[in-house]
Amino acid sequence: MSSKSVVALLGSATLAFYSSMAFSSKYNFPEPQSSIAQDIYDQHILALWICLAIFIGVFGVMFYSIVKHRKSVGYKAANFHHSTLVEIVWTTIPLLILVAMAYPATKTVIAMKDTSEADITIKATGYQWMWGYDYLQGEGEGISFYSKLSTPLAQVANKEPKGENYLLEVDNNMVVPVGKKIRVITTANDVLHAWWVPAFGVKQDAIPGFIRDVWFTAERPGIFRGQCAELCGKDHGFMPIVVEVLEQEKYAQWVADKQKASAAVVTTAAVGN
Amino acid sequence: MAVVQDVHGHHDHHPSGIMRWVTTTNHKDIGTMYLWFSFAMFLVGGFLAMGIRAELFMPGIQILEPELFNSFTTLHGLIMVFGAIMPAFVGLANWQVPMMIGAPDMAFARMNNWSFWLLPVAGALLISSFFVPGGAAAGGWTFYPPLSAQGGLGVDMMIFAIHILGASSIMGAINIITTILNMRAPGMTLMKMPMFVWTWLITAYLLVLVMPVLAGTVTMLLTDRHFGTSFFNAAGGGDPVLFQHVFWFFGHPEVYIMILPAFGVVSEIIPTFSRKPLFGYSSMVYATASIAILSCVVWAHHMFTAGMPAVGQLFFMYATMLIAVPTGVKVFNWTATMWRGSMTFETPMLFSIGFVFLFVIGGFSGVVCAIVPIDIQVQDTYYVIAHFHYVLVSGALFAIFAAVYYWLPKWAGRMYDEKLGKMHFWLSMIFFNVAFFVQHFLGLAGMPRRIPDYSLQFADFNMISSIGAFGFGLTQLLFLYIVIKCIRSGEKATDKPWEGGSTLEWTLPSPAPYHSFETPPVIK
Repeated sequence: MSSKSVVALLGSATLAFYSSMAFSSKYNFPEPQSSIAQDIYDQHILALWICLAIFIGVFGVMFYSIVKHRKSVGYKAANFHHSTLVEIVWTTIPLLILVAMAYPATKTVIAMKDTSEADITIKATGYQWMWGYDYLQGEGEGISFYSKLSTPLAQVANKEPKGENYLLEVDNNMVVPVGKKIRVITTANDVLHAWWVPAFGVKQDAIPGFIRDVWFTAERPGIFRGQCAELCGKDHGFMPIVVEVLEQEKYAQWVADKQKASAAVVTTAAVGN
Repeated sequence: MAVVQDVHGHHDHHPSGIMRWVTTTNHKDIGTMYLWFSFAMFLVGGFLAMGIRAELFMPGIQILEPELFNSFTTLHGLIMVFGAIMPAFVGLANWQVPMMIGAPDMAFARMNNWSFWLLPVAGALLISSFFVPGGAAAGGWTFYPPLSAQGGLGVDMMIFAIHILGASSIMGAINIITTILNMRAPGMTLMKMPMFVWTWLITAYLLVLVMPVLAGTVTMLLTDRHFGTSFFNAAGGGDPVLFQHVFWFFGHPEVYIMILPAFGVVSEIIPTFSRKPLFGYSSMVYATASIAILSCVVWAHHMFTAGMPAVGQLFFMYATMLIAVPTGVKVFNWTATMWRGSMTFETPMLFSIGFVFLFVIGGFSGVVCAIVPIDIQVQDTYYVIAHFHYVLVSGALFAIFAAVYYWLPKWAGRMYDEKLGKMHFWLSMIFFNVAFFVQHFLGLAGMPRRIPDYSLQFADFNMISSIGAFGFGLTQLLFLYIVIKCIRSGEKATDKPWEGGSTLEWTLPSPAPYHSFETPPVIK
């Protein structure tokens, strides 16, 4: 075996090693926090295994051929140039594999689209460059606030050390209760944006003049971060999304606090008049 | 016959100096200009890419302010797609189609001149837009409104440039179709044409089909910007998503416009260096045609997150996945061509094998992206960036390199330096993977595309990717050196420098005569 084929083999071995690392967390989707995100995670892993198997099959044959069927080892070329049977086989098998991949995907698509019977409906509005949240229905109805990047500009300009959640922190988190079906309606005020929280497997463009909706049910409390995923101008990279999932009682407390605060604002305004 | 020869002889007295190139109607001169132009644009687009990767080398904003960063990504995309890859393939077609079908020149020689000379104008418009008030377009190469309605003069210059480039592409495509359908040597039936000619014939039809759609799209954007229409403005009764539909109706066939000729190139080179005929020629033709047809009904897979009914998502998912079948057939055919051949591994073959190897990885990530639920996660992330660079750089670009090394002896009459060529391949191969493989991980972990700054968890992979990109960029200067060295002082090439070459261009002397075939060869 010549040095060139050793290099080629080493190269593919490295690649394979790289791909195998994809199964540990840093190289893959974040840990799923909703049933849809779990489906996506599983289907992606399935797709990777199928790709790996095909990869090994095809390139195993090709690299065997590259090593053995070369002029420098005196191999004489054969002269065959078609085989109908073989061609039918390698058209049919991929078709079957694709059906196997499409079946679970179809079920997930239908599940993703079912935004009915939500416990809480929240409207997320994209602005250049922040998010606005309006709790439209369910517990917390009437709450409304903006959510802006809270990372200091000095960190972006490299004048201060960068914090742990650099560019993924906001002044007001979107807060939801655990285990409840949350329907998020997206729209935008100016240009396209996209509301994306990877842990929930939710990404939906926010389109000015139109509304779209998605849903998720968070399975455990925690803080989950995402970013705007549709180019929206200068500060597209600086309008993160932070969803804080609370236990039911804490969520009720948050709602009460928010409503008290806004009532206070209204009272002050009324007194002021 | 003597008279005809005489007339041809007369034509050879073309002007010299700059006027030779300005007034030329010769397919080889024009092909050469296309190739040099695309290489110049490749360097400009590459410079922009280096700027992007330099900014992304570390978290924080260092050298490019966000707005300028957006202009860099936008113009990088536009210049690479419309300025580098597409003209390079038209250049290859100009050189090779007449020689491979046994014709003296292209069918419309003067239009050929015009379709080339439009390009530098469009290129100049795109580059100079960086220096106008408001700067260059910054809405991404897909320039989705309403964002693209916000920009300044730079956006209008981009629109005008796209109009010009579209006109050039349509003329080039019509020329190629007419040449292939009317000027083949006697006996060369359609099913005897070389694969490169077949793939270009199908590509040219795609161009004629979709470039007018793009022209219409940018015109609507222009009138929205300046003449008070509301095609894409919801406040006036329009729909921003309409733009995405018409753009991608152009945009998806466009990606096959950039890859089908690459399939053609590889389908010429692999049999040559395997010393064995292409396996499954007719299934290759049918696969190319079915890819082209399918490519017209999958456009909305670029828009799964824009929101559409479940039925729509499912249709576009199934149609997209279906493309994997004919594409798979091609890969299997190339493998079967190599199987039990008598292979040698000169630079064109190395780039072709590199093409197959990496294009398949791009194909896998393509299937992953086609699956709607997964795409919802990876849409607009670095995963998609990795995917389309695997098909466009290690796909289209590697095939262009392969083609240049393969046919340079015929064009220049001289051989390139094999050792340097191999070095170019291995360096490109390594640095390309360093630059782009890690971007899969970045995308999966949640890094959006088109951002000038990122959170700390993405820092190490971005640095690796930048190092790879710088290495890849530098390596391409080696390519320039190899080509110049070949033209100036390469060893004399024989008429058929590749033992396994079987197409018509190898029956001509090297360098090929000014009017390729003055008497058509007869194909048995």
